[in-house]
Amino acid sequence: MDELIRILTQSLAEAIAPTTAAFAIAAIGLNLHFGYTGLLNMGQAGFMLLGAYGFGISTIAGAPFFLALLIALGAGLIFAVVLGIPTLQLRGDYLAIVTISAAEIIRWIGRSTWLQEWTGGASGLQGRNYKGTFQDLSPLPDGRTTIGPLEYINTGSDSWWTRLFAWGVVAVVLLFVWLITRSPWGRVLKGIREDEDAVRALGKNVYSYKLQSLVLGGMLGSLGGVLYVLPLTIAPDAMGRTMTFFAWTVLLLGGAATVFGPVLGSMIFFGAYMLMRTGMRALSENTGVGNIISTTNVEQIGGMLVGATLMLLVIFRPQGILGNKKELAFNVR
Amino acid sequence: MSADETTHAAPGTGPGDEAGRAPASVVDAAAAAAQEPSSATAVEARGELAEIEPVVGVSKPDAILVADDVVRRFGGMTACDVDHLEVQRGAITALIGPNGAGKTTFFNLLTGFDTPQSGTWSFEGRSLQGKSGARVAKAGMVRTFQLTKALSRLTVLQNMLLAAPDNPGERFWLSWLPFTWRAHEMAATEKAMEILARFKLADKAPDYAGSLSGGQRKLLEMARALMTDPTMIMLDEPMAGVNPVLVQSLLGHVQALRDEGMTVLFVEHDMHAVRHISDWVVVMAEGRIVAEGPPASVMRDQAVVDAYLGAHHDTDLGDDSLLDPEILARLEAEEEKR
Ligand SMILES: Nc1ncnc2c1ncn2[C@@H]1O[C@H](COP(=O)(O)OP(=O)(O)OP(=O)(O)O)[C@@H](O)[C@H]1O
Ligand SMILES: [Mg+2]
Repeated sequence: MDELIRILTQSLAEAIAPTTAAFAIAAIGLNLHFGYTGLLNMGQAGFMLLGAYGFGISTIAGAPFFLALLIALGAGLIFAVVLGIPTLQLRGDYLAIVTISAAEIIRWIGRSTWLQEWTGGASGLQGRNYKGTFQDLSPLPDGRTTIGPLEYINTGSDSWWTRLFAWGVVAVVLLFVWLITRSPWGRVLKGIREDEDAVRALGKNVYSYKLQSLVLGGMLGSLGGVLYVLPLTIAPDAMGRTMTFFAWTVLLLGGAATVFGPVLGSMIFFGAYMLMRTGMRALSENTGVGNIISTTNVEQIGGMLVGATLMLLVIFRPQGILGNKKELAFNVR
Repeated sequence: MSADETTHAAPGTGPGDEAGRAPASVVDAAAAAAQEPSSATAVEARGELAEIEPVVGVSKPDAILVADDVVRRFGGMTACDVDHLEVQRGAITALIGPNGAGKTTFFNLLTGFDTPQSGTWSFEGRSLQGKSGARVAKAGMVRTFQLTKALSRLTVLQNMLLAAPDNPGERFWLSWLPFTWRAHEMAATEKAMEILARFKLADKAPDYAGSLSGGQRKLLEMARALMTDPTMIMLDEPMAGVNPVLVQSLLGHVQALRDEGMTVLFVEHDMHAVRHISDWVVVMAEGRIVAEGPPASVMRDQAVVDAYLGAHHDTDLGDDSLLDPEILARLEAEEEKR
């Protein structure tokens, strides 16, 4: 019984973890791309990593917190423009190929010895080097706080302040995205998602709108990247293809083209992922299941199950949890 | 319709031009009289066109669109090769021709959806060459597509609102401030509902466009194009798949647009429709314009008949039985029963 409570508490903690908020924001960006505009960005992790580097490197160089945040967003903006200008003229699939390779390039440059002085190479940047400015902003008193089953220090890496800040950013971003997607601007994006030639024939500069969407979603990716590394370290290999793949799972689970989908998707995904892994570990340690699944295999099986979930999701519930069933009926044209 | 006495086709402009010219009959004049245009502007448009000699590439008194040497090749095949064409302002011009004649290709080139190997064209005196589809539409030349493009996962009303020009809320930095665009949106909604009502789609306004039937999508696309306040509207087979009764009312709408001063260029295979509403007909075959002239006479043109039916055929494409009110009345009655 104690064991069960421990497992449940752990998944609850994961559902409100700052990294979960970071994925929610990255998935909101992806939602602008895919859910609203129909752009296939397969390199959201590249935007996240670039944001993390932008923030970390400029902080280490002495930039105050908000300047470093702006630099991180600027890095996402430039990356989106550089990728978008040549590819958005082409058919949708090309963007997918270009973004996935560009994200890999960012990761390889990051982990190379070439820019090691700034990026820290393959081992990345230690958290203590760039977290100071953020933690200094904390309005919380010193000490620890317990809320329900959860207990953290008030200010620090894995703290209430990090959680408060990360979910506060999610709330602001949600409000903003809700406002822009219900506007005529958002309607143009949806029109482009449906048929860009039709929108072009109505006198809209489709290219410019696609670029705006790519930039905005990419900047949200970078913002997510900053939030992701606030409680961790900046490690290029932790922000690779798997991260993009998780962001997509989060988006499709919650429901593309819905406002709350990415947030709900992120909480459910990471909560369930944690539940599954801790549950399996507990079972294999304490019961006969251990003969089939050894504790060392739990991570691999977990990753495999995420893949299977994503596949089942797209096959049986492509609209996700919050998606509109009615809209789905016209997916096949 | 005095120019109907003889029909011409410019020499050396296409297949079948070596065939003999069929003299137009006096019946044409009567047929034309049966469909007198309904307003002053329309009478004017027809009147001006009636004095023009119906030869390929003839210049019009008030041309809104002028195209020169527009050539588009796909591999070794020349899909479009238009030497010279002028489209009269405020008139309904039909572009006809057999399947694969290059009509859609020509439309795509003019509207910036395809790039020709060579050619120049101008709209209202301004060159449109090299302009993107969006720029062409903004200039006032708005097109529809042969393969309908309904925006499925937007509602019918949203489809319409999307087309409204100059919406401040479509600018990103104003989009999150609803008070900056709400007034525009309200006005656009009112206008959209009016147009939808005209096309009998008003009660579909809240439905997803993806739930419309094929014919309804055609109507929506035309309604959406009108929402942009075009100077000239280019319709690629607007009547295809629309039921005969609605075709009648659509034809009425198109005429009404012309009477309001809009220029219409449309591609259509339904000869009855072409005959009924167009002021001028341009005929394409194998990428070239083989004839142009007033509807009544051009369909008797041997070059045109040849283009459609092959040589040695003497059918009149604009067969008047299709205009028979009795047949139409029967169709209408059948429609009512359904
Ligand atoms: N993208 C393309 N690639 C290759 N050939 C093409 C392309 N588009 C059109 N064609 C060819 O150009 C010719 C003209 O096609 P187009 O679509 O303009 O005909 P159309 O007059 O509109 O015919 P329809 O009345 O059937 O719509 C056809 O022979 C077609 O095969
Ligand atoms: Mg065609």
